[in-house]
Amino acid sequence: MEATIEVTGLRKRYGPTVALDGMTFTVTPGKVTGFVGPNGAGKSTTMRVILGLDSVDEGRALVGGRSYRSLRHPLRQVGSLLDAGALQPSRTGRNHLLWLAHSQGLAARRVDEVVERVGLTSAIRRKAGGYSLGMRQRLGIAAALLGDPPVLVLDEPVNGMDPEGIRWMRGFLRSLAAEGRAVLVSSHLMSELQDTADHVVIVGRGKVIADVGVADLIESASGDRVTLRTGDRARATTVLAHAGATVAVTGSDTLTVSGLSGERVVALLGENAVPFSEVSAHRASLEEAYMELTRDAVEFHAAQEGAR
Amino acid sequence: MTGRDGFGQLLRAEWTKFRTVRGWVIGLVAAALVTVLIGLFGAAASNFSCSGPNGQPCAASTPPIGPGGEPVIDSFSFAHKTLTGDGSITARLTSLTAVSSSDGQAPVEDTQPWTKAGVVIKESTTPGSQYAAMAVTGGHGVRMQHNFTGDIAGTLSAKPSWLRLTRSGDTITGHESADGVNWHLVGTVTLPGLPSTVQAGLFATSPHHEEITESFASASGTSYPTLATAEFDRIDLEGTRPDDTWTGDNIGDRSGGRPDGGSPTGFEETGDGVTVRGSGNIAPIVAGRGGLGKTVESGLVGAFAGLIAVIVVAATFMTSEYRRGLIRTSLSASPRRGRVLAAKSAVIGSVTFVTGLAAASIAVPLVRAVERDKGHFAFPVPTATELRVVVGTAALLAVAAVFSLAVGTVLRRSAGAVTVVIVAIVLPYTLAIASVLPTGPSDWLLRVTPAAAFAVQQSMPEYPQVDAGYTPADGYFPLPPLGGFAVLCGYTALALGVAASVLRRRDA
Repeated sequence: MEATIEVTGLRKRYGPTVALDGMTFTVTPGKVTGFVGPNGAGKSTTMRVILGLDSVDEGRALVGGRSYRSLRHPLRQVGSLLDAGALQPSRTGRNHLLWLAHSQGLAARRVDEVVERVGLTSAIRRKAGGYSLGMRQRLGIAAALLGDPPVLVLDEPVNGMDPEGIRWMRGFLRSLAAEGRAVLVSSHLMSELQDTADHVVIVGRGKVIADVGVADLIESASGDRVTLRTGDRARATTVLAHAGATVAVTGSDTLTVSGLSGERVVALLGENAVPFSEVSAHRASLEEAYMELTRDAVEFHAAQEGAR
Repeated sequence: MTGRDGFGQLLRAEWTKFRTVRGWVIGLVAAALVTVLIGLFGAAASNFSCSGPNGQPCAASTPPIGPGGEPVIDSFSFAHKTLTGDGSITARLTSLTAVSSSDGQAPVEDTQPWTKAGVVIKESTTPGSQYAAMAVTGGHGVRMQHNFTGDIAGTLSAKPSWLRLTRSGDTITGHESADGVNWHLVGTVTLPGLPSTVQAGLFATSPHHEEITESFASASGTSYPTLATAEFDRIDLEGTRPDDTWTGDNIGDRSGGRPDGGSPTGFEETGDGVTVRGSGNIAPIVAGRGGLGKTVESGLVGAFAGLIAVIVVAATFMTSEYRRGLIRTSLSASPRRGRVLAAKSAVIGSVTFVTGLAAASIAVPLVRAVERDKGHFAFPVPTATELRVVVGTAALLAVAAVFSLAVGTVLRRSAGAVTVVIVAIVLPYTLAIASVLPTGPSDWLLRVTPAAAFAVQQSMPEYPQVDAGYTPADGYFPLPPLGGFAVLCGYTALALGVAASVLRRRDA
């Protein structure tokens, strides 16, 4: 099976509320695709639609070219983790995986393999009700991996994990993508996807705002801005503004300059004998890039609503 | 890949789900235990004591057993002669009345619908022995009856009526006639292995006058004997020895004869006839509230409590998936939702059936042993009937479990589902059985609610020739066993249909 997820023109409304408004994107193999947006943007609904759990008014979602509901052994093609807390508390972690394995015609041996892979061997025979959130997330990942699927759909898998768990999850997701799987990971915090996602699908209000590679996104968000560290903020601002730059104060001794190249900034400061300690090309964080994008989207919506 | 299209895998998954939650397994074991224990406590707490009149020993709680194996009452006044080989007896019954008197009051006419008198050919004077009779009854015209359970209606009802029985080998033929000239065949019956020498003669008997007064939450009954007087003439016996004279016997007389000799029963020869006076009945014994016997299903009185446990387990088996959000995991593992419902139903139905079968198979013989030990008479039933009661109870529990699961699927909340199913099954059953409601509403409840399925537990048949309550409180259901069971199955099929429909349409 081709390891892809194709989401095309999903529309869904709950009464007057529009949950999905033409959601369209594609997830390709060998990459971690981040699925980012504020809470209520339609991420979880889209994931449930992909997994055949929710119906849509329009559009379709295909996994490897087929609708999820037509799959005979779906867990062998798509592994998913929607809610790590969805466990029968009195059932042991191992028995939870065991019934899932039986439903797909998988042997009990497979359960032990995935448990070992997520590092839950010591706790697996305990009741799931006593698991910490991090252990539940690991159990959920184990369940998703049970059928060795080429496609993974994970809803907020690091939510509630401790820093060590988050670090483990990042590396784990990267290794899954490196095995050639298509990995779709949602988060409402862009920072969680830093150093994890190769590609991000940014959504708001039920549709895609940006569908872009992480490298390109940071590139464009950084623009041709220059970070300047100087002891004389006032003179530096005057000189650079005079030369036609836009200057923003970003710290007690730092300015962000746009409209001039780094070389030109150094030359101008030297000509006017303004002291400075550092001039560097500005590199935006993923979070900043995200904020920039969504700010536009939010303003757009605010303007729209103001016009009503 | 096992199973047709992976359904076997789904069954296995649901079975694993069930057995790995200890609460559910314990719940079913508890269902079996309460079923057995309530039956046992009921039997252990009961007592039976019996003493005869005037300090004589009790006539035993064990009634005679008829040729068909059923307990019978065989009590009547019999004027008879010995009949050897083939032959016949003919008589004209000119008058039949019955009287009752209470506490020394003057007797008043009190003919019962099944007061009866006529001619009879009987294997011997031993109670329970084979017989065939042609009788005129108080309210049901001429009847040909044999071996307690056989009852064929004749056409006459006026008196006088001519009655005739003809014996040929094992076969007895009954005729009736209004004028002694034109005879009409009522029936032909076989008394297998009837000996060559039998007793032929005239009989009269009349059952107790019974009244049951029902009010809300209570029922009280009064019962007192009646005495039939039957006058016969034109008596003709063929096949008796010529010198044989009438012998009188009070068959099945449990009073042992009155010491004062004032017994009103017996016979006397009049000018050209015979008058017979008798009290009692010739009929199968029916079970009932006031009866002294215990039925097979009395060992299963605890089934309603087991049913409650089963309902809770079955509903929770589904609603817990909704409560935890586990339903999404289940449906993403098996996107064809109807099959998930089918697999879950099959698993809960099967485990409940096995549990119910174990509980009923243990409860019935155990409770019967305790009841016998306590001196109760245990109504014998055919093995097939006992099997039907036991297997039927297990099937009732199993189908009710599936019903509960289906309701749980629709409502998604265990409290709501358990309440609905208990109100649908357990409540009507309890109201009807515990004499809380009068017979009318009880019968109605046991026809239209899923509680109708408890009819599978009824082991005693109703006899049209025996007047009795036949109410749910007596253990008699308005619907036949399979009919009542079908009502529950109908409700369950409906609930499953609705459950499958909403499960398919609803977002998980």
